[in-house]
Amino acid sequence: MAVVRYREALNQALREEMQRDERVFLMGEDIGVFNGAFKVTAGLLEEFGEKRVRDTPISENTIVGMGVGAAMTGLRPVVELMTINFSLLAMDQIVNHMATIHYMFGGQAKVPMVVRMPQGAGHQLGPTHSHCLEALYLHVPGMLLAVPSTAADAKGLLKAAIRDDNPVVFIEHEYLYGQRGDVPDDDDHVIQFGQAAIRREGADVTVVGISRMAVTAEKAADILAKEHEIEAEVIDPRTLRPLDLDTILESVAKTNRAVIVEEGWPHGGVGANLAALIQEQAFDDLDAPVARVTGADLPMPYSKPLEQIAYPHEPQIVEAVLATFRDL
Amino acid sequence: MADVTQEAGTGQLPEPDAAREWLETMMLIRRFEERAGEMYAKAKVGGFLHLAIGEEATIVGACRAMRDDDYLISTYRSHGHALARGGDPDRVMAELFGRDEGVSHGRGGSMHMFDLENRFMGGYGIVGGNLPLAAGMALASDYQGLDEVTVCVFGDGAANQGTFGETLNLAALWKLPVVFMVTNNQFGMGTALERHSAVTDLHRRGDGFGVPGLRCDGMDVVETHEVMREAIRRAREDRQPILVEAITYRFRGHSMADPEEYRTKEQVEEWRKRDPINVFAERLGLEDDEVERLDGQAVERVDQAVAFADKAPFPAPESLYDHIYVFGDQVQGWYSVDERSAGVHKGEDERSLAEAERGPTEHYHQAVEAASKEDVGEKKPADEAQAEDEDAEEAEDQDEEAEE
Repeated sequence: MAVVRYREALNQALREEMQRDERVFLMGEDIGVFNGAFKVTAGLLEEFGEKRVRDTPISENTIVGMGVGAAMTGLRPVVELMTINFSLLAMDQIVNHMATIHYMFGGQAKVPMVVRMPQGAGHQLGPTHSHCLEALYLHVPGMLLAVPSTAADAKGLLKAAIRDDNPVVFIEHEYLYGQRGDVPDDDDHVIQFGQAAIRREGADVTVVGISRMAVTAEKAADILAKEHEIEAEVIDPRTLRPLDLDTILESVAKTNRAVIVEEGWPHGGVGANLAALIQEQAFDDLDAPVARVTGADLPMPYSKPLEQIAYPHEPQIVEAVLATFRDL
Repeated sequence: MADVTQEAGTGQLPEPDAAREWLETMMLIRRFEERAGEMYAKAKVGGFLHLAIGEEATIVGACRAMRDDDYLISTYRSHGHALARGGDPDRVMAELFGRDEGVSHGRGGSMHMFDLENRFMGGYGIVGGNLPLAAGMALASDYQGLDEVTVCVFGDGAANQGTFGETLNLAALWKLPVVFMVTNNQFGMGTALERHSAVTDLHRRGDGFGVPGLRCDGMDVVETHEVMREAIRRAREDRQPILVEAITYRFRGHSMADPEEYRTKEQVEEWRKRDPINVFAERLGLEDDEVERLDGQAVERVDQAVAFADKAPFPAPESLYDHIYVFGDQVQGWYSVDERSAGVHKGEDERSLAEAERGPTEHYHQAVEAASKEDVGEKKPADEAQAEDEDAEEAEDQDEEAEE
C-alpha cells in the first residue's frame, strides 16, 4: 500500500495494463509530448514509444471512432478526451457506434475500449469546461460507466475497464486528480464494476454520492454526526452501469431515508434515476421522500462566488438530510 | 486535377472467368435490389431501403480489387457490398425481412449489414460515421504489422461531414493503409452535388489533407477495378491513404421514400443508357441468349433468397436483450446492467418471464402474424412525411376497429 494521488493511480493503471497486454494503446490530445493536460499520462510516451502513446489532432469524434474501429479489429484502445465537455463532439461515435455496434450487428463485433475524460467545476472555467455530464452517458445502453472518487478506485476500476470486453466510459474528476489516497501496489488490484463502496456506516440516513460528491458527502456526514447527532451511511456506487442497487436498497431498508448527491444538472440526472429506482423497489422502506442535491440548473458561471453556489457543498447536503427528518 | 485515369471503356479486361463472375455478381446485386424493392412494396421489408441500382460497378469493381483479408466498410446502401464480399443472399435477404438468420440477426436491417467472416465490417446508418472506424481498422492492421488494407466506401454527401476532414488528416498523418472511396452518385439524398459542395471534384478534396486523389468512371467496372487496384496497391505498399472518387448514378430514389422531385426523368434516362451491367455485357461480347441465361440465374438465386427469408423465423421475443453486452466477470447477463424495474430483472428468469409479464409481447405476435401474410400491405407512399401520416391514420383505424 502506498499513498499516491488520483492522477498517479490512473497512471499506474495505464502503465501496468500496457505492460500486461501489447494490444493496449493510448490515443488522445496532448497525452504524449505534453504528458497530458492533467498529467495522467506523464512518462508513458517515454516508456512505451509513439506507437502506443499517440498524440492526436483535436478531432474528438474521429479519435473515438478510430478507437472503435481498432477495437473491432483486435486492439484495446484507451482514448483520452481532454474533458467531458469535449466528448460532446464525439457523441455520434460514442452513442451511435461504440455503444451500438455489438448489438446492431447481432453480437458479431466486440468493441473493447475505454474512453477516459475528466469532469467537474471549481476551477472557474466557465460554461464550456465545467460540467458534469455522467447522466448523458448513463442514458445509453451498450456501454459501462465508471465514476471513481478515490485513488484506489481510480486505479482498480481503470484496470477492470481496460480488461473488459465492453466499451467503457470512464469519468474522472478534475478536483480529484490532486487528491491522495492509499493504493495497493498489487498489479492485480482490479475492482469489479457493479460493487458500491460504503464509505461510512450509519443507521440514520443513506447518502449516495456520485463522482466527487462522494467525497463531499463524506465531509457532510462528519458535520451531521458532530452537529446534529445524525449518523449517515455514505455510499459511493463507483460504477453507474452496472449499478450496485442492492447495496443502496439494503442501506435504505436500514435507514429509511435516502439523499442523492450529484454535481450534474437535476433534470434527467443520475439522482432522478436513482430516486425512481429506490421508490420503485423500496417504497415501503421510506419514511421520507427521496431527496436530491444537484448542481444548479444552469450553464456554469465563471465568477468565483457564483460558481461556488452553483454546485453542491457540505451545507446543502446537511440541509437536505435534515429536511428528511422534519415532519412532513 | 490530381491523377486522371484513361478514357472510359479502355481498361484492360480481366480473364474470361473473372469477367463472367463480375458480370454475374453485378446481375445478382441488380436482381437482389429489385426484389428487395418489391418486398418493401409488399411490406415484407420495413424501415428505410436504399437501393444501389445503377451503382453495381462501383461495388464489384472495388470488391474484386481487394484481397480476402482486406477490410471493407460501407454505408446504409450496402446490400451489394455484403453480397459482393461473399455474403449469402439468403441471409442478406433475411436481414431485410428482420429474421434471426439475417446477417445481423435482425438487429440491423437494411442499413446495418455485417459479415465478420468475409471482413465486411458493416454498413452504417450515420452519414460519414464510418470514416473514423475505417481509419481505426487500418491503424489496427498497421499496429499488428499486417499488410491488410481497409476500403471505406461513402457517398458524396458524407464528404461534407466533419469526419471527412478529421479522418483524412489523421490517416495521412499516421500513414494508414486505407482507401477512401467516395461513390459520387451526384446527390446527397435530394440535394445535387453542385448545391451541396463548393468543390465538386471530390477526389481533389484530399489534397489539403495530404491524401492524393484518383477518379474513375463508376459506371465502368473495369475502370473502377483498375483504379481501385492501384489505390489499394499504393495504400498497402506505400503506406498511405488514397481518396478514390467513382462517378456514378443511382437509377432509383435515395430510398424507397423518395418522390424524386429534385431531378428530371430525362436525366435519369440519360444515365440509364450507361447501365453498368449492359455496358459490361456488351464489352464482353456476350450473345443475348447468354446474357439472358446469366440473368436468369441471378433471378433464380434471388427467388431462392426471398423464399428462404420469408420462411425464416423471427428472433425470439426473449432474445430482445441479447448482444447488448459482452458477458464476462463484470457483466454476467444484461440484467446485471439494467435495474429499471423490480422483480422481473433479477436473473435469468427474465427470459421466461418476458412473455408472461411484459404486456407488449402481444404486439410481437401481431407483427409476426402480419408478416406471414402473402401480401401484407399496399405499396408504400412516396415520401416519408406521407408515410408517417398514413401510419398514424392506420393506427387510428385500428383503434376504431378495436373500439367497435
